[in-house]
Amino acid sequence: MNRWLAVVAVVALTAGPARAQDADPAESPVWKKVHESVFASAPIAPADGIVTLDTPKRAEDAAIVPVAIRSGIVQRSDRYIDTIWLIIDNNPSPIAAVFHFTTASGRADMETRIRIEQYTHVRAIAKTNDGKLYMAVNYVKASGGCSAPAGKDAAAAQASLGKMRIRVDSAPASGKPVLAQLMISHPNDSGLAMDQVTRTYATPHFVREVDVSYAGKSVMRADVDFSISENPNFRFYFVPGDGGELQAKVVDNQDLAFATSVRLDAARGASASMLP
Amino acid sequence: MSRPVSMRSSVSARWLRALLLVPIAAAFAARAAGAEPGEFRLENPAPGVYVHYGQQAEMTPANGGDIANTGFVVGARCVAVIDTGGSYAVGQALRHAIRALTAVPICYVINTHAHPDHVFGDAAFDDDHPQFVGHQRLADAMQRRGPNYLNALQRTLGERAEGTRIVLPTRSVATTDELDLGDRVLQLRAWRTAHTDNDLTVLDRASGTLWLGDLAFVGHLPVVDGSLRGFIGVTDELLAMHVAHAIPGHGRITAWPDALAPQSRYLRGLAADVRAAIKSRQTLAEAVATVGHGGDEWQLVGAFHQRNVTAAYAELEWEE
Repeated sequence: MNRWLAVVAVVALTAGPARAQDADPAESPVWKKVHESVFASAPIAPADGIVTLDTPKRAEDAAIVPVAIRSGIVQRSDRYIDTIWLIIDNNPSPIAAVFHFTTASGRADMETRIRIEQYTHVRAIAKTNDGKLYMAVNYVKASGGCSAPAGKDAAAAQASLGKMRIRVDSAPASGKPVLAQLMISHPNDSGLAMDQVTRTYATPHFVREVDVSYAGKSVMRADVDFSISENPNFRFYFVPGDGGELQAKVVDNQDLAFATSVRLDAARGASASMLP
Repeated sequence: MSRPVSMRSSVSARWLRALLLVPIAAAFAARAAGAEPGEFRLENPAPGVYVHYGQQAEMTPANGGDIANTGFVVGARCVAVIDTGGSYAVGQALRHAIRALTAVPICYVINTHAHPDHVFGDAAFDDDHPQFVGHQRLADAMQRRGPNYLNALQRTLGERAEGTRIVLPTRSVATTDELDLGDRVLQLRAWRTAHTDNDLTVLDRASGTLWLGDLAFVGHLPVVDGSLRGFIGVTDELLAMHVAHAIPGHGRITAWPDALAPQSRYLRGLAADVRAAIKSRQTLAEAVATVGHGGDEWQLVGAFHQRNVTAAYAELEWEE
């Protein structure tokens, strides 16, 4: 037995299987299933600068854990990232999001917020247009005490459902990627909480699809679920042309649809912040 | 307070009032709480009012989850328990302490909100068949969060979490309610979203004692798990209340309302700093890394401050 295996064995004996997983992301049972079902067990290379993943080491607030996925390559027609999966092994629904990018994205970057149910590996897996897969993986400790993945004010979340904002901070300079932020007011509720009196589950209600286009061309599309925090929030890039409309369409699992847009004009000042 | 509380004949109310610390059924309670040998301490700030001050700490196997303030009020016909501690064992220790003082039945168990360090002793009172009383949103919060809290408790306390269960309220308070304990009445008030969306305060009119739950933190960094703006507004309302005794959820109030001023400063400072971070286009992660906790001394900053910044940011970014 080599030394590494011996270490894992000792950790497993003294601290239980959770710590063994901590030592080796490849041994996560959920990941093994996801690797097989989503990726047909295809080989996945280490991130190697193609994709990086920023997460806190500990989920301070289990309901709102910031994650940032950053790509190491420019989106050019000969080589670009077309898909990034965000996977949270030990959440009830491990595939938190599948983000689709194009060359019009400029950069395949994404910042969002997730719920963390328990100690878990979090993965960003990028697929380049040649079909190759790259994975960055972090371990995130669950928060303790009175922090919970559930929202903070269920009544307020329901009251403001569907409100949306899209914001572009810098003036669009033709050909260069600019940062956009999309905010969606939505409880994004898993429905996993059981009513202890009726023994029934709440109705799940969460955003399942986000589609952002600029001047009619897709810049970012996402299939998401309730592993994304309440009030889903996405920061991403797109390449503006000489002006046009940045439009976001959102559909939830109850087929409610929401949309918002902002008109961009290349002549606007650099400090302009555009709200619908 | 119209008359002395009814108690076991061997223990007079006057004797209890005279003592600052009352070690109750020491060995029994300590074994039940899984604590180090010692006693489950009660203080008796007013006739018929008993407070157990939990440790200022996160939950650990050593403290067994005894980290929040709990206590009870004794009337002529009924005892009302106000919060039950962070595990079944703490609830048991509290129950034994009550039983050592009085044979008056425990008619009510009041939860000031759904957080685990306040409600996880509830099941220890099952045999008393009390009404479990809470804010009208308490049941929903317990259902949404309870399973996660139980997992975290078992992960943290191991076998010391044994017996701990979620107990749903059987009586809910939409705005205000009164509980008649026999010659003394408790006034309950359900608040708008502040520390959580299910905060409830309890006023014992007879002694002028206000149980604040986690609408008041002293020493222990305040925690925002509902609405920062709501918490600031509710703190202002509390500061204007005239009471003889005030029991916070964590820490100890010796001077009312001055003891609540640091909480008000912290929450306002947090709101101002997070708004500034949002305005200068800092991301959530950047704000978490940079926003400080102000000039006051606090315990448990490492455990809660960054979390508060996170919650504040997610709330306040919708203001613009």
